[in-house]
Amino acid sequence: MTQVLDRPVEVRSPASPAERTARRKALLEWIAIHSLGVAAALFFTLPFVFVFLTSLMSDSQALSRDLIPHTWEWANYRKVFDTPGFLTWWKNTLIYAGLGTVLTVLSSVPVAYALAKFRFRGRNLTLMLVISMMMLPPQVVVIPMYLFWAKQLDLSGTLWPIIVPLAFGDAFSIFLLRQFLMTIPNEYVDAAKVDGCGDLRTLLKIILPMAKPGIAAVALFQFFNAWNDYFGPQIYASENPGAWTLSYGLESFKGAHHTDWNLTMAATVLVMAPVILVFFFAQKAFVEGVTLTGVKG
Amino acid sequence: MSALTLRTKRRRSALRTLAFLSPWLIGFAVFFAYPMISTVYFSFMHYDGFKPPTWSGTKNWTYVFESYPFFWPALRNTLWLVVIMVTLRVLFGLGIGMLITKIKTGTGVFRTLFYLPYLAPPVAATMAFAFLLNPGTGPVNSILEKIGIPAPGWFNDPNWSKPALTLMFLWGVGDLMVIFMAALLDVPKEQYEAAELDGASAWQRFRFVTLPNISPIIMFAVVTGVIAAMQCYTQPLVAGKVASGVIQGAGTMFEPGYPEHSTLTLPQLVYNLGFQRFDYGSACVVALVLFALSMAFTALLMRRRGGLIQAGD
Repeated sequence: MTQVLDRPVEVRSPASPAERTARRKALLEWIAIHSLGVAAALFFTLPFVFVFLTSLMSDSQALSRDLIPHTWEWANYRKVFDTPGFLTWWKNTLIYAGLGTVLTVLSSVPVAYALAKFRFRGRNLTLMLVISMMMLPPQVVVIPMYLFWAKQLDLSGTLWPIIVPLAFGDAFSIFLLRQFLMTIPNEYVDAAKVDGCGDLRTLLKIILPMAKPGIAAVALFQFFNAWNDYFGPQIYASENPGAWTLSYGLESFKGAHHTDWNLTMAATVLVMAPVILVFFFAQKAFVEGVTLTGVKG
Repeated sequence: MSALTLRTKRRRSALRTLAFLSPWLIGFAVFFAYPMISTVYFSFMHYDGFKPPTWSGTKNWTYVFESYPFFWPALRNTLWLVVIMVTLRVLFGLGIGMLITKIKTGTGVFRTLFYLPYLAPPVAATMAFAFLLNPGTGPVNSILEKIGIPAPGWFNDPNWSKPALTLMFLWGVGDLMVIFMAALLDVPKEQYEAAELDGASAWQRFRFVTLPNISPIIMFAVVTGVIAAMQCYTQPLVAGKVASGVIQGAGTMFEPGYPEHSTLTLPQLVYNLGFQRFDYGSACVVALVLFALSMAFTALLMRRRGGLIQAGD
């Protein structure tokens, strides 16, 4: 069976009718597949293109039905950066992502290591609970958590209520790291034991250097999480614009610039761009995480 | 080895396990077990956040199911998303996955282009679609009208707001595309060749070779899709707020589920009851309903036999 999908070669010798129909069929199939491909590509990319084009329109043109800007208003981007608070949201998001990553890795690695390499009673149950918590909507426990952070600790208006819990292991990260550590052969752990390493030393000296790709994936997902989280900042930081993150600020930006679709789209581009850039630079770590967990990317 | 040392060894190994698990054990207790018990407790209390909580029996429960105007619409919307949006997303993801395995020219470029929308942060994606589908000035309706197709009101029309959301979720189908692609490439080539020899048509090859091979992945996509759809919060909330033209500064003052509650989902009710109406007791009732639904589907995901996530070694 020849590859049906090979590009048809141009006709050289007179071919038999059967050969000709087969070739024509292959050509038609090639055309059909690639037309569908182009149609799908338009569906997936045009939204980005329209958003970007609109972000470069003048105020008046953004309210028209035009698709292409008459004049390219790059100053829109400066206007967004000059919006009071925009840089603060940027800073808060980076703090949330950075601190969140450090805390998540520190707390989740030992737990994942125990779940992957120790044998103990209740190990499967623990894993099941970790997975269940991964699937838990944050709204389920938000009322008591809010009362605890806001009324007892008086910490509403800050991001601490969503950063601190990460110091106690994040379910998704534990699961991802456990999946990764499962792929490291037990012989390494055994060999370290024979050489007289304790558990902690084995983890730090032998396992951690090998687990770098898994840790990179966790860091990456934590970064996305900080960028995407809307509910956390909405509950805890809404009353204090000084604590807003990009995702939460972006929505309010639209509220403040009621009719300025051009500025709103410029802000939207600025929120999307870092995520896409990070993806291009860290594709390997990302794919690693997706394949290991098979759950949400 | 004497019994004594064996016992100390066991004890030491148990202590070591506890030490390594401790961050999560504390987290589980403080950020899950305690708030969960507390949520059950508050669901039987009347509490407005100012006056001390008072016992109210099943009042919150009857209120949510019988008098609270949003509960049934929100449940209906959530079910709509669970059934229609998830079905379309799985079918579309499978279609795109099959398409990408068949494209032989520029596969990498196509794959990246198809995947990128999935990465767009939810609020940013919703902003983009609120603009694209804006009935007055949005590019989509401009194009539709140029072609001569009647343009719907999308996020401003109760009949079209959920389809508009669905369109946005189809745009971000990259995650499903990737897992379907991997599954399709794993189907043994010999089976296709054998089917070919038996003279199977393209449909028969799909029906009797492809489908049986990828059915576990379809199942996985459906169940995780259902769990995600039940938790759908940010996109409908932001879409409704933007479409209704909320002016910022009003904080919690916005009409939930605009237009006409058509974008209201269960998780939003927790916000509406707790943070807009200050009825924390009723908010906890909805939280428990959401919890029960989520856990039921998570259990599907982890059944011992035929489970989709294997916990064993």
